[in-house]
Amino acid sequence: MKLRYFAWVRERIGKPEEEIEPPAAIATVADLMGWLALRGEEYAHAFENPKVIRAAIDRTHVKADTAISGAREIAFFPPMTGG
Amino acid sequence: MTIRLQREPFDAASEAAKLRRGRTDIGAVVTFTGICRGDESGAKLVAMTLEHYPDMAEAEIARHVEAAERRWPLLGVTVIHRHGRIEPGEDIVLVVTAASHRQDAFAAAEFLMDYLKTRAPFWKQVEYAGGKNWVDAKQSDDALADRWARPSGRPEAAE
Repeated sequence: MKLRYFAWVRERIGKPEEEIEPPAAIATVADLMGWLALRGEEYAHAFENPKVIRAAIDRTHVKADTAISGAREIAFFPPMTGG
Repeated sequence: MTIRLQREPFDAASEAAKLRRGRTDIGAVVTFTGICRGDESGAKLVAMTLEHYPDMAEAEIARHVEAAERRWPLLGVTVIHRHGRIEPGEDIVLVVTAASHRQDAFAAAEFLMDYLKTRAPFWKQVEYAGGKNWVDAKQSDDALADRWARPSGRPEAAE
């Protein structure tokens, strides 16, 4: 699946997007954040407070307990500040 | 419904004129323009940069325009949101709503702005003389967006 990062999540991880295949045991958005946080210092920094990170699956907002199976694109970003 | 995400400035007056051109059923047009201020919490701003999630932003704004159209009898909606670098005094966002009566046009414009602030995937980074900062989301903006989930659409204190 494709992962996309925005704003300070992107800056901390150091890239805007990447292709990733998480293990089958990673079932939800929250699981995925926990798994990503273990991939290195920059990921640990980005996901140090997962409660503030928002997620979207295939361009729709989702909650942390949403299942990720079948997702083509998952995005992680801080709370939005548009308008 | 017209939704545009663009780097370029927009002309609020001509967008409002376009929405009502040749029509006599429209009795009210509300035009809201959000503008980049020259200071943020007392600090002087050099510029603001808006990052966005292009494919999602357009879909998300369309979903909220559709929700507004289900809720109020609207006769036209235009939303334009700029991205990229914007300097103080420049426009950031435009919402134009048209209806037969002003209450519907006012309410729909406010609803759309409250949702754009908290749900549209845009992120503001402000630039000062001394560096850059991502703008923190405001709880007061969340509260303003949440009030529309209540049937009356009014703040809690007023109920």
